[in-house]
Amino acid sequence: MQMLISTIIDGLNLGSVYALVALGYSMVYGIAKMLNFAHGDVIMVGIYSIFVCLNANVLPVPVTMLICVAVCALLGFVVEKLAYKPLRSSSSLSVLITAIGVSYLLQNVALLIFKSDRKFLQSFIELGSLKLGEIEIPLISFVIWGTTLIIMFALDVFIKKTSMGRAMLAVSEDKGAAQLMGVNVNRTISLTFIIGSALAGVAAILYAAKYQNVDPYTGSVFGIKAFAAAVFGGIGSIPGAMIGGFTLGLIEALTIGFLPDSLAAASDGVAYALLIIMLILKPSGLLGKKRVEKV
Amino acid sequence: MKKTFRLFTVALVIFMLATLAGCGADYSDKFVIGGIGPTTGTAASYGQSVRDGAQIAIDEINAAGGVNGVELVLLFEDDEALGDKAKSAYETLMDNGMQVLIGAVTSDASIAINSLTAADGILQITPSASAIEAAANPNTFRVCFTDPLQGVSMANYAYNTLGYRKAAVIHNYDDNYSTGMYEAFIEEFQRLGGTISEDVSFAKDATDFNAQITKIAASDAEFLFMPIYAEKAAQIVITANEKGVDIPLLGGDGLDGILNYLTGDNAKLVEGLIFLTPFISTDTDPAIQSFTQKYTEKYGKAPDQFAADGYDAVYLVKLALEQAGITSPDAVDNAALVAAMTQIELDGLTGHMTFDENGEPMKDAKVAKIIDGVYVAQ
Repeated sequence: MQMLISTIIDGLNLGSVYALVALGYSMVYGIAKMLNFAHGDVIMVGIYSIFVCLNANVLPVPVTMLICVAVCALLGFVVEKLAYKPLRSSSSLSVLITAIGVSYLLQNVALLIFKSDRKFLQSFIELGSLKLGEIEIPLISFVIWGTTLIIMFALDVFIKKTSMGRAMLAVSEDKGAAQLMGVNVNRTISLTFIIGSALAGVAAILYAAKYQNVDPYTGSVFGIKAFAAAVFGGIGSIPGAMIGGFTLGLIEALTIGFLPDSLAAASDGVAYALLIIMLILKPSGLLGKKRVEKV
Repeated sequence: MKKTFRLFTVALVIFMLATLAGCGADYSDKFVIGGIGPTTGTAASYGQSVRDGAQIAIDEINAAGGVNGVELVLLFEDDEALGDKAKSAYETLMDNGMQVLIGAVTSDASIAINSLTAADGILQITPSASAIEAAANPNTFRVCFTDPLQGVSMANYAYNTLGYRKAAVIHNYDDNYSTGMYEAFIEEFQRLGGTISEDVSFAKDATDFNAQITKIAASDAEFLFMPIYAEKAAQIVITANEKGVDIPLLGGDGLDGILNYLTGDNAKLVEGLIFLTPFISTDTDPAIQSFTQKYTEKYGKAPDQFAADGYDAVYLVKLALEQAGITSPDAVDNAALVAAMTQIELDGLTGHMTFDENGEPMKDAKVAKIIDGVYVAQ
């Protein structure tokens, strides 16, 4: 029983990081209708920025965190400006390939600067843990869950209640019509990227606090799983990304925890098998909207 | 047309002669030892260490008058740890008159050239290729332990020396190094009478180890065996600490260098960690101290186990040449050299060793323990 609870907590922890990354994927897809495969790598850059700040050892931790979010947002802005904006009217396939290209570019730049070996960060958020009987829950878990939930609600409110958010919604519904109604489509999409990348910065902080290490491929490994989580929950849906992330994390932890070890080794396989079944049953994902293509 | 052709032929002949001459120094009065290993690329440090360690041995032997009065020379070729590059490196060395091969440094490259060395019958001693197949042919020998042998040694050490009976094991299931050591450890530890309380694994690109550590925390294991590389071990140790798992940690030679990853407060997490390693540069043994001093003076850094493996490999060649009674570079007899290998005995930096006919070293395991943040030979 205690083992079950501990494993579920592990799963929720892992899931909340997936969820946070998936939020970024989902939001950008939902509004700009493009799969930003470089999203994970923006997180990787964010973690490296924390690593550099911590090593410099002159900045207080909150400033380090702000720098991380700023670096990610700026990177998102630059990448969007240079790589995606010129392709605004091209086919979605070319934008997808460009995104993959940006992802490799960021990895290789990190490889050049920081070399391939894994860097370990000093722990910068010391919270200890909560003891409930035999079960130990690291307090950082609550921070991660809380942050993920707060960001999800904030994002939802932002999109539904503010004029900027409503512009985003309008762009996602129909770019042409939005333009006719006076929405600046280009600026709206750029803003979407900046917000998505700032979210990547938050994910980077939580990842760095929890795992305390980074290598140039950290982002892409996590990114792929988070992308799967976003698809599982219904890509484009913000609560869907959340549910997808938590589900994937739970499945992974539970398969490692409770399947015999020979099968537990294939925990990723189990997770993806469930994803495939889910998509067969509900092709648009758990909370995905079915779109009727207008002819 | 004819004239052009003739001109071309002449040019070609001149070019070929020039290339031949370009083969450079004449080693015909020396025993030529070839070396193959990565000196560039991601595994570069391994090849460089073997090359540099071997060179120290060569210098020592030559300063003392050579082998049977003949000097040794080391020609080292880069293979970037790639099989194809190793093959062409081998051909280059054979063209330059190689008589004994030390290499390749990495397992895949060694396996790639095994069929070539077997066809030529040349004595091949790999300093550090630990995959079983790397020393499968009768003419191949190895200085280092195989991965399974490390597992067996650590099972014995944990059971007999440390007196543990219940083990938890975490291994990387898509890495040959890890699975080889893991399987041998489990088998040996159970054969001795121990039980495996918890047995978990992870994939190569895993980043989260919480679920595995939760299982280990819930078990009654007395220690955790980690047949994995230092990089992953460092991540696991951080997670284990978070979850309050503080049982003793054991591992194979892959854990060497773990302190490079755990800086600051995190270094305390591996205090007391014990791992199998053939060589620790801080060992107080006089031979090791002398080697460490020479190496540090020449190359500006402390030698690692690869340097020691390369050094021992050269001394094995020396002993084999002496045992086979070869007194001239023109009289090198491959079969006699290979036969000599099973008759010699070396007190090397990596331990006292003899060889069985399978080319495997028989030597005692040495372990190191991390005490006050430094590796200490036990």
